[in-house]
Amino acid sequence: MTNVTAQTQPAAAELTGPAAEPDGPGTRARPGWRSLLPTMTPWLAIGLGLVIVITLFGILGPLLVGDPQRIRDQGLTGPSAQFWLGTTQTGQDVFAQLAFATRGSLEIGAIVGVIATALSGFFGIYGAYRGGVVDEAFSLFSNVALVIPGLPLIIVISGFVPRESRGLWTIALVLAVTSWAASARVLRAQTLSVRHRDYVAASRASGEKPWRVIVVEILPNLLPVIASQFVFAVIAAILGEAGLAFIGLGASNSSTLGTMLFYAQNGFALSLGAWWWFVPPGLMIALFGMGLSLINFSIDEIINPKLKNLRRHRRLAKRAARLERELTRRGAAQEADR
Amino acid sequence: MRYILRKLGFYVVALWAALTLNFAIPRLMPGNPVDIMLAKLQQRGGVVTPATRKAYTLLLGGDSTGSLWSQYVSYLKNLAHGDLGVSVSYYPAKVSDVIMQSLPWTLVLVGVATVIAALLGVLLGAVVGWKPGTWLDSLVPATTLMAAVPYFWLALILAYVLARVLGWFPLQGGYDVVLDAGWNGPFIASAIQHGVLPALTIVLASIGGWLMGMRNMMVSTLSEDYVLTADAKGLSPMKILRSYAARNAVLPSVAGFAISLGFVVSGSVITEQVFSYPGIGGRLLGAVTNNDYALMQGLFLFITLGVLGANLVVDLLYGLIDPRTRARS
Repeated sequence: MTNVTAQTQPAAAELTGPAAEPDGPGTRARPGWRSLLPTMTPWLAIGLGLVIVITLFGILGPLLVGDPQRIRDQGLTGPSAQFWLGTTQTGQDVFAQLAFATRGSLEIGAIVGVIATALSGFFGIYGAYRGGVVDEAFSLFSNVALVIPGLPLIIVISGFVPRESRGLWTIALVLAVTSWAASARVLRAQTLSVRHRDYVAASRASGEKPWRVIVVEILPNLLPVIASQFVFAVIAAILGEAGLAFIGLGASNSSTLGTMLFYAQNGFALSLGAWWWFVPPGLMIALFGMGLSLINFSIDEIINPKLKNLRRHRRLAKRAARLERELTRRGAAQEADR
Repeated sequence: MRYILRKLGFYVVALWAALTLNFAIPRLMPGNPVDIMLAKLQQRGGVVTPATRKAYTLLLGGDSTGSLWSQYVSYLKNLAHGDLGVSVSYYPAKVSDVIMQSLPWTLVLVGVATVIAALLGVLLGAVVGWKPGTWLDSLVPATTLMAAVPYFWLALILAYVLARVLGWFPLQGGYDVVLDAGWNGPFIASAIQHGVLPALTIVLASIGGWLMGMRNMMVSTLSEDYVLTADAKGLSPMKILRSYAARNAVLPSVAGFAISLGFVVSGSVITEQVFSYPGIGGRLLGAVTNNDYALMQGLFLFITLGVLGANLVVDLLYGLIDPRTRARS
């Protein structure tokens, strides 16, 4: 999560600060580094709020709730004061399970996000930087990896791994290996456009080592893109793991939102009408994914200046329209006075 | 012509990669199918003798006597003859027959749902992106919720509300089992009725991506000079929208078909499981739980072939509708 928080927390501070949304004529230009941060919009605020609240729930929730596995003789009761989200068939507290499952899913998401982003960075950025045969080979490799459908591949791989050795890291690795290709392509395209700029050439000509040119000269330009790809990777990983766990192929020793849904489905929650059992886990995934997508939406505006200018134009147009209305009203009032 | 050759070359490489991957996975993974099945047998109280082991090895077709290279060659030779082995769980049916039986279900379901989602999403995206900044446009980020919903969970919710509470659609299966399978009216009607919920799931879950992509491209296209020119010429807004803006904005959506199709196929595998739909995805999961390795690999191969084929068609089509790709290569 490091990238996202680094990107967005100053933006949150910006909102609460006195100089929120400095617009209007005559404001000072935003400093260079601030142009790397998304502008605060209601949607971004919602996204940040969702992600922060759910992350906190995943981190702190398990410390506050009771044992999620404890079996009671109050099977399948609806939400009540004692059990906020009711109980499962064997009387386990759904809310407590939700807290632990959220933590499990976030863990998977973070691990896979980091590995997948690293892989796509290697194949995308390094390949495009080296150019020539290396670039061709890497690009072909990622295109092939892209067209081979991920989940069926994961299912087949999981089918061949015995249940005992199917741990959290195995699943994370399999998910990462099957999901890096799309962002490698995006990063390659971006790197190609940066690679031939003068300052990169200057840095190379002055004998800098390749890794230094990549890290110091190229990487900062790609930060918004990488952040956006990382966010995508996290969403994809949480969704992918949930799917795997739902069909019983998840990590054997972990509890995630997917395993919760797996148990709900196998406990006939659907036909028994126990909505409190299968609605919360999916809703949690959907809301977290939505929060991350909304953050991405704002990062998009940094990457694509056409989308960014759009909002400024819209604001100016609105103000112009308001001014015009005011003028005509004032004109009409003067008419009436006369 | 060069464009077509390049594309064909790429897909040949991709096909080879998929075949080799299919060959390599069982040999790279720590688990040995024979060991897994013998362990299961032992758990149920069976006695494992060397003869049982040999029988299982032969049954699974795991001929590991020759060198890796000769195994690879004979694997490719068998594939060329369409021989995918014998399914253990549908014994003595051939894997290719089992696949052929379930293929039409998935093909129709995923095909129809994807086309509907793509058309609707692109149309809505074009309309929303045409007038950026309106209240409709400011609602677009809300579609991210739809895009982030897990397929199978949406399927559960739809099944719960539409099938269990309201009783509009059947909860499970691909058709009413009392009917004769074939091209007769009642059977087709029942198949359509059973297919609505899975299809609705796929459409709802994938439409957001199309809408968003189209909307963003539409916004970018609107600031192009040729749109301004068309506007200045006094063309009607509808004509500009149709013939100038939307046509150019749709190109990346077409090119992005590859990625979306992969997602849709992955999602439909699990959706089929929720509805016990008799398609490829349900079979794949059944094969995994029953340790039917030949069927598992055969299905993976078929799914990959299907996705590759669809992508090839889209790529060739793309070359047709966007002359720039032909000129560049």
